[in-house]
Amino acid sequence: MRPNSVAIVGASETTELGKVPTMSQVQLHADAALNAIADAGLELGDIDGIATGGHNPVEIAHYLGIVPEWLDGTSVGGCSFMLLVRHAAAAINEGLCTTVLITHGESGRSGLGRHGSSIFPSLFQQQFERPYGVTRPPTMFTIPVLRYMKQYGLTEETLAMVAVVQREWAGLNPRASFRDSITVDDVLGSRMICYPFRLLMCCLVTDGGGALVLTRSERARDMRRPPVYVRGTGESGETPLISQMDDFTSSAAFRVAGARAFASAGISHGDVDHLMIYDAFAHLPIYGLEDLGFVDRGEAGPFIAEGHTRPGGSLPLNTNGGGLSYMHSGMYGMYALQEGVRQMRGEAPAQVEDAEISVVHGVGGMFGASGTVVLTNVA
Amino acid sequence: MPQGERELPRPTPETSHFWEGTRRGELRLQRCEACGTVYFPPRHFCPKCGSTYVSVFRASGRATLHSYVISHLPAPGFEPPYAIAVALLEEGPKMMCNILECAQTPEALVLDMPLDVCFEKINDEITLPQFRPARES
Repeated sequence: MRPNSVAIVGASETTELGKVPTMSQVQLHADAALNAIADAGLELGDIDGIATGGHNPVEIAHYLGIVPEWLDGTSVGGCSFMLLVRHAAAAINEGLCTTVLITHGESGRSGLGRHGSSIFPSLFQQQFERPYGVTRPPTMFTIPVLRYMKQYGLTEETLAMVAVVQREWAGLNPRASFRDSITVDDVLGSRMICYPFRLLMCCLVTDGGGALVLTRSERARDMRRPPVYVRGTGESGETPLISQMDDFTSSAAFRVAGARAFASAGISHGDVDHLMIYDAFAHLPIYGLEDLGFVDRGEAGPFIAEGHTRPGGSLPLNTNGGGLSYMHSGMYGMYALQEGVRQMRGEAPAQVEDAEISVVHGVGGMFGASGTVVLTNVA
Repeated sequence: MPQGERELPRPTPETSHFWEGTRRGELRLQRCEACGTVYFPPRHFCPKCGSTYVSVFRASGRATLHSYVISHLPAPGFEPPYAIAVALLEEGPKMMCNILECAQTPEALVLDMPLDVCFEKINDEITLPQFRPARES
Protein backbone atom coordinates (compact mmCIF):
# COMPACT_ATOMS: atom_id res chain seq x y z
CA MET A 1 0.00 0.00 0.00
CA ARG A 2 1.00 3.62 -0.44
CA PRO A 3 1.91 5.07 2.99
CA ASN A 4 -0.58 7.65 4.32
CA SER A 5 -2.89 7.37 1.30
CA VAL A 6 -5.84 6.44 3.50
CA ALA A 7 -6.81 7.85 6.89
CA ILE A 8 -9.00 6.97 9.85
CA VAL A 9 -11.44 9.90 10.13
CA GLY A 10 -13.90 8.46 12.63
CA ALA A 11 -13.28 6.21 15.61
CA SER A 12 -15.29 5.24 18.63
CA GLU A 13 -16.01 2.46 21.04
CA THR A 14 -19.49 1.62 22.24
CA THR A 15 -21.00 4.13 24.66
CA GLU A 16 -20.65 1.55 27.41
CA LEU A 17 -18.07 -1.19 27.88
CA GLY A 18 -17.92 -4.02 30.37
CA LYS A 19 -21.28 -5.44 31.30
CA VAL A 20 -23.89 -4.26 28.81
CA PRO A 21 -27.00 -6.39 29.44
CA THR A 22 -29.17 -3.96 27.46
CA MET A 23 -27.66 -4.61 24.03
CA SER A 24 -27.49 -7.57 21.68
CA GLN A 25 -24.36 -8.18 19.65
CA VAL A 26 -25.62 -6.44 16.53
CA GLN A 27 -26.76 -3.50 18.65
CA LEU A 28 -23.23 -3.17 19.98
CA HIS A 29 -21.98 -3.03 16.37
CA ALA A 30 -24.54 -0.33 15.58
CA ASP A 31 -23.90 1.71 18.73
CA ALA A 32 -20.19 1.85 17.92
CA ALA A 33 -20.92 2.52 14.23
CA LEU A 34 -23.22 5.46 14.93
CA ASN A 35 -20.69 6.89 17.38
CA ALA A 36 -17.84 6.58 14.86
CA ILE A 37 -19.85 8.06 11.98
CA ALA A 38 -20.84 11.02 14.18
CA ASP A 39 -17.21 11.36 15.27
CA ALA A 40 -16.27 11.68 11.60
CA GLY A 41 -18.98 14.29 11.03
CA LEU A 42 -20.62 12.01 8.47
CA GLU A 43 -24.02 10.38 8.06
CA LEU A 44 -25.02 6.78 7.47
CA GLY A 45 -25.66 7.56 3.81
CA ASP A 46 -22.00 8.51 3.32
CA ILE A 47 -20.85 4.94 4.02
CA ASP A 48 -20.41 2.79 0.90
CA GLY A 49 -18.13 0.06 2.28
CA ILE A 50 -18.88 -2.27 5.19
CA ALA A 51 -16.42 -4.58 6.91
CA THR A 52 -16.63 -6.63 10.06
CA GLY A 53 -15.13 -9.73 11.65
CA GLY A 54 -17.01 -12.39 13.56
CA HIS A 55 -20.38 -11.31 12.25
CA ASN A 56 -22.07 -11.40 8.85
CA PRO A 57 -21.27 -8.03 7.19
CA VAL A 58 -24.53 -8.26 5.26
CA GLU A 59 -26.42 -8.23 8.54
CA ILE A 60 -24.46 -5.20 9.72
CA ALA A 61 -25.15 -3.38 6.45
CA HIS A 62 -28.85 -4.22 6.52
CA TYR A 63 -29.20 -3.33 10.20
CA LEU A 64 -27.66 0.08 9.47
CA GLY A 65 -29.82 0.56 6.38
CA ILE A 66 -26.87 0.61 4.00
CA VAL A 67 -26.64 -1.14 0.62
CA PRO A 68 -22.85 -1.11 0.25
CA GLU A 69 -20.66 -1.30 -2.85
CA TRP A 70 -17.93 -3.21 -1.00
CA LEU A 71 -18.05 -5.85 1.75
CA ASP A 72 -15.43 -7.72 3.74
CA GLY A 73 -16.16 -10.33 6.41
CA THR A 74 -12.69 -11.69 7.12
CA SER A 75 -13.12 -13.62 10.38
CA VAL A 76 -9.75 -14.95 11.45
CA GLY A 77 -10.10 -14.03 15.12
CA GLY A 78 -9.37 -10.95 17.17
CA CYS A 79 -6.91 -9.45 14.69
CA SER A 80 -9.52 -9.45 11.92
CA PHE A 81 -9.88 -5.69 12.37
CA MET A 82 -6.19 -5.08 11.63
CA LEU A 83 -6.62 -7.08 8.42
CA LEU A 84 -9.82 -5.18 7.63
CA VAL A 85 -8.00 -1.83 7.95
CA ARG A 86 -5.49 -3.16 5.43
CA HIS A 87 -8.18 -4.49 3.09
CA ALA A 88 -10.18 -1.26 3.38
CA ALA A 89 -7.13 0.83 2.49
CA ALA A 90 -6.57 -1.32 -0.59
CA ALA A 91 -10.23 -1.09 -1.59
CA ILE A 92 -10.29 2.70 -1.21
CA ASN A 93 -7.06 3.08 -3.17
CA GLU A 94 -8.46 0.84 -5.90
CA GLY A 95 -11.63 2.94 -6.07
CA LEU A 96 -13.93 0.09 -5.06
CA CYS A 97 -15.59 2.40 -2.53
CA THR A 98 -14.90 5.78 -0.93
CA THR A 99 -15.82 5.53 2.75
CA VAL A 100 -15.45 2.32 4.73
CA LEU A 101 -17.06 1.53 8.08
CA ILE A 102 -15.37 -1.26 10.06
CA THR A 103 -17.47 -2.45 12.98
CA HIS A 104 -16.99 -4.74 15.93
CA GLY A 105 -19.53 -5.74 18.54
CA GLU A 106 -19.44 -8.69 20.89
CA SER A 107 -21.66 -9.65 23.75
CA GLY A 108 -18.80 -11.65 25.22
CA ARG A 109 -20.00 -11.56 28.79
CA SER A 110 -23.78 -11.32 28.53
CA GLY A 111 -24.04 -13.55 25.47
CA LEU A 112 -26.96 -11.61 23.98
CA GLY A 113 -27.61 -12.29 20.31
CA ARG A 114 -24.44 -14.26 19.79
CA HIS A 115 -24.61 -16.96 17.18
CA GLY A 116 -22.03 -19.57 16.31
CA SER A 117 -18.32 -19.07 16.22
CA SER A 118 -16.72 -15.66 15.74
CA ILE A 119 -13.88 -17.32 13.83
CA PHE A 120 -14.02 -19.58 10.78
CA PRO A 121 -14.00 -23.14 12.19
CA SER A 122 -11.21 -25.63 11.46
CA LEU A 123 -11.71 -29.14 10.12
CA PHE A 124 -8.48 -30.42 11.61
CA GLN A 125 -9.07 -28.83 14.99
CA GLN A 126 -12.30 -30.82 15.21
CA GLN A 127 -10.47 -34.07 14.54
CA PHE A 128 -7.05 -33.60 16.08
CA GLU A 129 -7.45 -31.17 18.98
CA ARG A 130 -10.97 -30.99 20.36
CA PRO A 131 -11.04 -34.69 21.36
CA TYR A 132 -8.19 -33.94 23.80
CA GLY A 133 -10.22 -31.58 25.94
CA VAL A 134 -9.43 -28.19 24.46
CA THR A 135 -12.41 -25.93 24.97
CA ARG A 136 -12.00 -22.19 25.44
CA PRO A 137 -8.91 -20.10 24.55
CA PRO A 138 -7.16 -20.58 27.93
CA THR A 139 -6.82 -24.29 27.13
CA MET A 140 -5.15 -23.65 23.76
CA PHE A 141 -3.42 -20.27 23.56
CA THR A 142 -1.31 -21.17 26.59
CA ILE A 143 0.10 -24.46 25.31
CA PRO A 144 3.36 -23.20 23.75
CA VAL A 145 4.54 -21.19 26.75
CA LEU A 146 6.22 -23.95 28.79
CA ARG A 147 8.45 -24.59 25.78
CA TYR A 148 9.33 -20.90 25.65
CA MET A 149 9.97 -20.85 29.42
CA LYS A 150 12.33 -23.81 29.18
CA GLN A 151 14.16 -22.47 26.15
CA TYR A 152 14.72 -18.95 27.46
CA GLY A 153 14.49 -19.34 31.21
CA LEU A 154 11.36 -17.19 31.48
CA THR A 155 9.97 -17.51 35.02
CA GLU A 156 6.39 -17.41 36.26
CA GLU A 157 7.35 -14.25 38.17
CA THR A 158 8.44 -12.49 35.00
CA LEU A 159 5.33 -13.67 33.17
CA ALA A 160 3.30 -12.22 36.04
CA MET A 161 5.05 -8.87 35.58
CA VAL A 162 3.28 -8.45 32.23
CA ALA A 163 -0.04 -8.30 34.08
CA VAL A 164 1.38 -6.06 36.81
CA VAL A 165 2.72 -3.48 34.34
CA GLN A 166 -0.46 -3.43 32.29
CA ARG A 167 -2.49 -2.82 35.43
CA GLU A 168 -0.34 0.29 35.96
CA TRP A 169 -1.57 1.58 32.59
CA ALA A 170 -5.15 0.60 33.41
CA GLY A 171 -4.91 2.61 36.61
CA LEU A 172 -4.55 5.71 34.42
CA ASN A 173 -7.64 4.88 32.35
CA PRO A 174 -11.08 5.67 33.84
CA ARG A 175 -12.78 3.30 31.38
CA ALA A 176 -10.63 0.29 32.30
CA SER A 177 -12.49 -2.64 33.87
CA PHE A 178 -9.81 -3.29 36.51
CA ARG A 179 -7.82 -0.34 37.85
CA ASP A 180 -6.49 -1.31 41.29
CA SER A 181 -2.76 -1.96 41.26
CA ILE A 182 -1.57 -5.54 41.64
CA THR A 183 1.68 -7.24 42.58
CA VAL A 184 3.49 -10.30 41.31
CA ASP A 185 2.29 -12.09 44.46
CA ASP A 186 -1.31 -11.15 43.61
CA VAL A 187 -0.91 -12.65 40.15
CA LEU A 188 0.82 -15.82 41.35
CA GLY A 189 -1.73 -16.17 44.15
CA SER A 190 -4.74 -15.91 41.84
CA ARG A 191 -6.72 -18.99 40.87
CA MET A 192 -5.04 -21.52 38.59
CA ILE A 193 -6.83 -21.60 35.23
CA CYS A 194 -4.52 -23.59 33.00
CA TYR A 195 -1.07 -24.27 34.44
CA PRO A 196 1.12 -22.22 34.30
CA PHE A 197 -1.54 -19.55 33.66
CA ARG A 198 -3.42 -18.04 36.59
CA LEU A 199 -6.53 -15.89 36.46
CA LEU A 200 -4.70 -12.55 36.38
CA MET A 201 -2.59 -13.71 33.42
CA CYS A 202 -5.78 -14.21 31.39
CA CYS A 203 -7.90 -11.57 29.68
CA LEU A 204 -11.24 -10.28 30.85
CA VAL A 205 -14.51 -11.35 29.29
CA THR A 206 -16.71 -8.33 28.66
CA ASP A 207 -19.31 -6.79 26.35
CA GLY A 208 -18.54 -3.97 23.97
CA GLY A 209 -17.70 -2.83 20.50
CA GLY A 210 -15.88 -0.31 18.39
CA ALA A 211 -15.93 1.12 14.90
CA LEU A 212 -13.66 2.97 12.49
CA VAL A 213 -14.38 5.11 9.43
CA LEU A 214 -11.73 5.32 6.72
CA THR A 215 -11.44 7.39 3.56
CA ARG A 216 -8.84 8.86 1.20
CA SER A 217 -6.39 11.18 2.92
CA GLU A 218 -6.98 14.12 0.53
CA ARG A 219 -10.62 14.10 1.62
CA ALA A 220 -9.75 13.46 5.27
CA ARG A 221 -7.98 16.79 5.66
CA ASP A 222 -11.23 18.71 5.31
CA MET A 223 -13.13 16.59 7.82
CA ARG A 224 -14.17 17.11 11.40
CA ARG A 225 -11.33 15.30 13.19
CA PRO A 226 -7.58 15.40 12.55
CA PRO A 227 -6.76 12.46 10.27
CA VAL A 228 -4.91 9.45 11.59
CA TYR A 229 -3.04 8.08 8.60
CA VAL A 230 -2.58 4.42 7.83
CA ARG A 231 1.14 4.48 7.15
CA GLY A 232 1.80 0.76 6.76
CA THR A 233 0.15 -2.62 7.18
CA GLY A 234 0.91 -6.31 7.22
CA GLU A 235 -1.02 -9.54 7.66
CA SER A 236 -0.39 -13.25 7.77
CA GLY A 237 -1.67 -16.57 9.00
CA GLU A 238 0.14 -19.69 10.14
CA THR A 239 -2.23 -22.41 11.35
CA PRO A 240 -5.66 -22.84 12.93
CA LEU A 241 -4.16 -25.52 15.21
CA ILE A 242 -2.01 -24.46 18.14
CA SER A 243 -0.42 -27.93 18.12
CA GLN A 244 0.84 -27.33 14.57
CA MET A 245 2.58 -24.01 15.25
CA ASP A 246 6.00 -24.52 13.71
CA ASP A 247 8.06 -22.99 16.53
CA PHE A 248 6.47 -22.85 19.98
CA THR A 249 8.69 -19.91 20.92
CA SER A 250 7.85 -17.64 17.96
CA SER A 251 4.86 -16.91 15.73
CA ALA A 252 5.46 -17.07 11.97
CA ALA A 253 2.30 -14.99 11.45
CA PHE A 254 3.63 -12.29 13.80
CA ARG A 255 6.97 -12.19 12.03
CA VAL A 256 5.50 -11.91 8.53
CA ALA A 257 2.79 -9.36 9.40
CA GLY A 258 5.15 -7.22 11.46
CA ALA A 259 7.99 -7.16 8.93
CA ARG A 260 5.60 -6.28 6.13
CA ALA A 261 4.02 -3.47 8.15
CA PHE A 262 7.36 -1.93 9.08
CA ALA A 263 8.66 -2.20 5.52
CA SER A 264 5.54 -0.73 3.93
CA ALA A 265 5.55 2.15 6.43
CA GLY A 266 9.26 2.76 5.86
CA ILE A 267 9.96 2.89 9.58
CA SER A 268 12.42 1.25 11.93
CA HIS A 269 11.90 0.31 15.57
CA GLY A 270 13.44 3.50 16.89
CA ASP A 271 10.70 5.49 15.13
CA VAL A 272 7.93 3.86 17.18
CA ASP A 273 6.54 6.08 19.94
CA HIS A 274 3.64 3.89 21.02
CA LEU A 275 2.95 0.19 20.74
CA MET A 276 -0.09 -2.02 21.16
CA ILE A 277 0.35 -5.82 21.24
CA TYR A 278 -2.85 -7.82 21.55
CA ASP A 279 -2.71 -9.43 24.97
CA ALA A 280 -5.35 -12.09 25.41
CA PHE A 281 -2.83 -13.77 27.73
CA ALA A 282 0.29 -12.56 29.49
CA HIS A 283 2.75 -14.28 27.15
CA LEU A 284 1.53 -12.47 24.03
CA PRO A 285 3.37 -9.17 24.58
CA ILE A 286 6.52 -11.25 25.12
CA TYR A 287 6.16 -13.11 21.83
CA GLY A 288 5.08 -9.88 20.11
CA LEU A 289 8.04 -7.77 21.24
CA GLU A 290 10.42 -10.43 19.95
CA ASP A 291 8.63 -11.35 16.73
CA LEU A 292 8.20 -7.69 15.79
CA GLY A 293 11.93 -7.26 16.36
CA PHE A 294 11.91 -4.76 19.24
CA VAL A 295 14.16 -7.05 21.30
CA ASP A 296 16.14 -10.22 20.65
CA ARG A 297 14.80 -13.70 21.31
CA GLY A 298 14.41 -14.44 24.99
CA GLU A 299 14.80 -10.80 26.04
CA ALA A 300 11.19 -9.59 26.11
CA GLY A 301 10.33 -10.90 29.57
CA PRO A 302 13.21 -9.09 31.29
CA PHE A 303 12.56 -6.02 29.06
CA ILE A 304 9.03 -5.76 30.48
CA ALA A 305 10.06 -6.68 34.03
CA GLU A 306 12.72 -3.95 33.99
CA GLY A 307 10.03 -1.36 33.31
CA HIS A 308 10.70 -0.33 29.70
CA THR A 309 7.04 -0.69 28.73
CA ARG A 310 5.45 0.81 31.84
CA PRO A 311 4.23 4.41 32.20
CA GLY A 312 7.31 6.62 31.74
CA GLY A 313 9.28 3.81 30.07
CA SER A 314 11.05 4.02 26.73
CA LEU A 315 8.45 1.94 24.85
CA PRO A 316 4.89 2.58 26.10
CA LEU A 317 3.01 -0.68 25.50
CA ASN A 318 -0.71 -1.43 25.84
CA THR A 319 -1.44 1.98 27.26
CA ASN A 320 -5.18 1.36 27.70
CA GLY A 321 -4.47 -1.49 30.13
CA GLY A 322 -4.86 -4.12 27.43
CA GLY A 323 -7.02 -7.18 27.25
CA LEU A 324 -5.73 -8.13 30.69
CA SER A 325 -7.17 -5.05 32.42
CA TYR A 326 -9.02 -2.71 30.04
CA MET A 327 -11.57 -4.90 28.30
CA HIS A 328 -11.72 -8.02 26.13
CA SER A 329 -14.98 -8.94 24.45
CA GLY A 330 -13.44 -11.90 22.63
CA MET A 331 -12.07 -10.14 19.54
CA TYR A 332 -9.92 -7.48 21.19
CA GLY A 333 -8.17 -6.15 18.07
CA MET A 334 -10.65 -3.31 17.60
CA TYR A 335 -9.87 -1.90 21.06
CA ALA A 336 -6.13 -1.95 20.38
CA LEU A 337 -6.78 0.04 17.18
CA GLN A 338 -9.01 2.49 19.06
CA GLU A 339 -6.20 3.16 21.55
CA GLY A 340 -3.75 3.66 18.67
CA VAL A 341 -6.11 6.27 17.19
CA ARG A 342 -6.58 8.01 20.55
CA GLN A 343 -2.82 8.22 21.01
CA MET A 344 -2.35 9.65 17.51
CA ARG A 345 -5.10 12.20 18.18
CA GLY A 346 -3.43 13.15 21.44
CA GLU A 347 -6.51 12.34 23.50
CA ALA A 348 -5.70 9.06 25.25
CA PRO A 349 -6.28 8.90 29.01
CA ALA A 350 -2.63 7.89 29.40
CA GLN A 351 -1.33 10.03 26.55
CA VAL A 352 2.22 9.44 25.33
CA GLU A 353 3.64 12.92 24.88
CA ASP A 354 4.38 14.00 21.29
CA ALA A 355 3.69 10.51 19.94
CA GLU A 356 3.76 10.49 16.14
CA ILE A 357 3.92 6.80 15.25
CA SER A 358 1.86 4.01 16.79
CA VAL A 359 2.21 0.33 15.91
CA VAL A 360 -0.87 -1.81 16.60
CA HIS A 361 -0.27 -5.54 16.41
CA GLY A 362 -2.97 -8.19 16.61
CA VAL A 363 -3.33 -11.93 16.90
CA GLY A 364 -6.20 -14.07 15.69
CA GLY A 365 -7.15 -17.52 16.85
CA MET A 366 -4.41 -19.21 18.87
CA PHE A 367 -1.32 -17.71 17.21
CA GLY A 368 -3.28 -18.53 14.04
CA ALA A 369 -3.38 -15.23 12.19
CA SER A 370 -1.89 -11.79 12.61
CA GLY A 371 -2.32 -8.23 11.46
CA THR A 372 -0.14 -5.17 12.07
CA VAL A 373 -1.10 -1.54 11.41
CA VAL A 374 1.23 1.46 11.58
CA LEU A 375 -0.64 4.67 12.38
CA THR A 376 0.66 8.23 12.28
CA ASN A 377 -0.59 11.79 12.74
CA VAL A 378 2.10 13.17 10.42
CA ALA A 379 1.04 13.42 6.76
CA MET B 1 -20.26 -26.63 28.20
CA PRO B 2 -19.05 -29.05 30.91
CA GLN B 3 -22.09 -31.27 30.46
CA GLY B 4 -22.23 -33.94 27.83
CA GLU B 5 -19.81 -36.19 26.09
CA ARG B 6 -16.26 -35.61 25.01
CA GLU B 7 -16.10 -34.38 21.42
CA LEU B 8 -15.05 -37.13 19.04
CA PRO B 9 -13.33 -36.81 15.68
CA ARG B 10 -15.52 -37.03 12.58
CA PRO B 11 -13.20 -38.61 10.00
CA THR B 12 -13.08 -37.15 6.48
CA PRO B 13 -11.78 -38.71 3.24
CA GLU B 14 -8.21 -37.47 3.70
CA THR B 15 -8.02 -38.66 7.31
CA SER B 16 -9.76 -42.05 7.06
CA HIS B 17 -6.43 -43.94 6.80
CA PHE B 18 -5.31 -42.30 10.03
CA TRP B 19 -8.39 -43.34 12.00
CA GLU B 20 -8.35 -46.80 10.44
CA GLY B 21 -4.77 -47.07 11.68
CA THR B 22 -5.57 -46.14 15.26
CA ARG B 23 -8.37 -48.73 15.29
CA ARG B 24 -5.67 -51.29 14.48
CA GLY B 25 -3.22 -49.96 17.03
CA GLU B 26 -1.05 -48.13 14.49
CA LEU B 27 -0.01 -44.50 14.40
CA ARG B 28 0.10 -43.62 10.71
CA LEU B 29 1.94 -40.69 9.18
CA GLN B 30 2.50 -39.65 5.59
CA ARG B 31 5.77 -39.19 3.72
CA CYS B 32 6.36 -37.33 0.49
CA GLU B 33 8.15 -39.65 -1.93
CA ALA B 34 9.36 -36.66 -3.93
CA CYS B 35 11.06 -34.57 -1.23
CA GLY B 36 11.08 -36.85 1.82
CA THR B 37 8.99 -34.61 4.09
CA VAL B 38 7.04 -36.42 6.81
CA TYR B 39 3.86 -34.53 7.63
CA PHE B 40 0.71 -34.40 9.76
CA PRO B 41 -2.28 -33.75 9.74
CA PRO B 42 -3.10 -35.99 6.77
CA ARG B 43 -3.71 -34.69 3.26
CA HIS B 44 -3.36 -36.11 -0.22
CA PHE B 45 -0.31 -34.04 -1.16
CA CYS B 46 2.91 -32.81 0.38
CA PRO B 47 2.45 -29.41 2.06
CA LYS B 48 6.12 -28.63 1.44
CA CYS B 49 6.53 -29.32 -2.29
CA GLY B 50 2.99 -29.97 -3.52
CA SER B 51 3.71 -33.44 -4.87
CA THR B 52 0.84 -35.93 -4.78
CA TYR B 53 3.35 -38.80 -4.76
CA VAL B 54 2.88 -39.53 -1.08
CA SER B 55 2.69 -42.70 1.00
CA VAL B 56 1.31 -43.75 4.36
CA PHE B 57 3.58 -45.49 6.85
CA ARG B 58 3.46 -46.71 10.43
CA ALA B 59 5.26 -44.33 12.79
CA SER B 60 7.56 -45.60 15.53
CA GLY B 61 5.28 -44.26 18.24
CA ARG B 62 8.26 -42.71 20.00
CA ALA B 63 7.99 -39.05 20.95
CA THR B 64 9.00 -36.47 23.51
CA LEU B 65 6.87 -34.10 25.59
CA HIS B 66 7.15 -30.82 23.69
CA SER B 67 4.82 -28.62 25.75
CA TYR B 68 1.59 -28.78 27.72
CA VAL B 69 -0.86 -27.08 30.04
CA ILE B 70 -2.80 -28.52 32.96
CA SER B 71 -6.38 -27.36 32.57
CA HIS B 72 -8.44 -26.63 35.66
CA LEU B 73 -11.46 -25.67 33.57
CA PRO B 74 -14.47 -27.95 33.19
CA ALA B 75 -14.66 -29.86 29.91
CA PRO B 76 -17.13 -32.49 28.73
CA GLY B 77 -15.74 -35.97 29.35
CA PHE B 78 -12.73 -34.77 31.37
CA GLU B 79 -12.01 -34.63 35.09
CA PRO B 80 -9.95 -31.49 35.85
CA PRO B 81 -7.11 -30.99 36.37
CA TYR B 82 -5.91 -32.75 33.23
CA ALA B 83 -3.00 -32.14 30.91
CA ILE B 84 -3.40 -31.11 27.28
CA ALA B 85 -0.06 -31.85 25.69
CA VAL B 86 1.80 -31.75 22.42
CA ALA B 87 4.02 -34.72 21.59
CA LEU B 88 6.97 -34.19 19.26
CA LEU B 89 7.15 -37.39 17.22
CA GLU B 90 10.50 -38.99 16.44
CA GLU B 91 9.67 -38.54 12.75
CA GLY B 92 9.25 -34.76 13.14
CA PRO B 93 5.55 -33.85 13.24
CA LYS B 94 3.81 -32.65 16.38
CA MET B 95 0.51 -34.06 17.66
CA MET B 96 -1.86 -32.99 20.41
CA CYS B 97 -2.59 -35.63 23.05
CA ASN B 98 -3.28 -36.30 26.69
CA ILE B 99 -0.64 -37.96 28.82
CA LEU B 100 -2.04 -41.23 30.17
CA GLU B 101 -0.69 -43.39 33.02
CA CYS B 102 0.97 -40.36 34.59
CA ALA B 103 0.20 -37.93 37.39
CA GLN B 104 -1.23 -34.71 35.94
CA THR B 105 1.25 -32.48 37.76
CA PRO B 106 4.17 -30.24 36.74
CA GLU B 107 6.46 -32.51 38.78
CA ALA B 108 5.48 -35.61 36.81
CA LEU B 109 5.21 -33.90 33.44
CA VAL B 110 8.74 -32.87 32.54
CA LEU B 111 9.45 -31.27 29.19
CA ASP B 112 11.38 -33.44 26.73
CA MET B 113 10.63 -36.64 28.67
CA PRO B 114 10.33 -39.62 26.33
CA LEU B 115 6.82 -40.77 25.47
CA ASP B 116 5.31 -43.79 23.74
CA VAL B 117 2.10 -43.85 21.78
CA CYS B 118 -0.84 -45.80 23.22
CA PHE B 119 -4.39 -46.13 22.04
CA GLU B 120 -7.58 -45.18 23.80
CA LYS B 121 -10.58 -47.00 22.33
CA ILE B 122 -13.67 -44.82 22.62
CA ASN B 123 -16.10 -46.89 20.51
CA ASP B 124 -16.04 -49.26 17.54
CA GLU B 125 -15.29 -46.45 15.11
CA ILE B 126 -13.00 -44.15 17.07
CA THR B 127 -9.75 -44.97 18.81
CA LEU B 128 -7.68 -41.95 19.86
CA PRO B 129 -3.91 -41.96 19.71
CA GLN B 130 -2.54 -40.96 23.11
CA PHE B 131 0.87 -40.88 24.75
CA ARG B 132 2.27 -42.15 28.06
CA PRO B 133 5.71 -41.92 29.67
CA ALA B 134 8.11 -44.29 27.90
CA ARG B 135 8.84 -47.42 29.86
CA GLU B 136 12.42 -48.26 30.78
CA SER B 137 13.76 -50.54 28.08
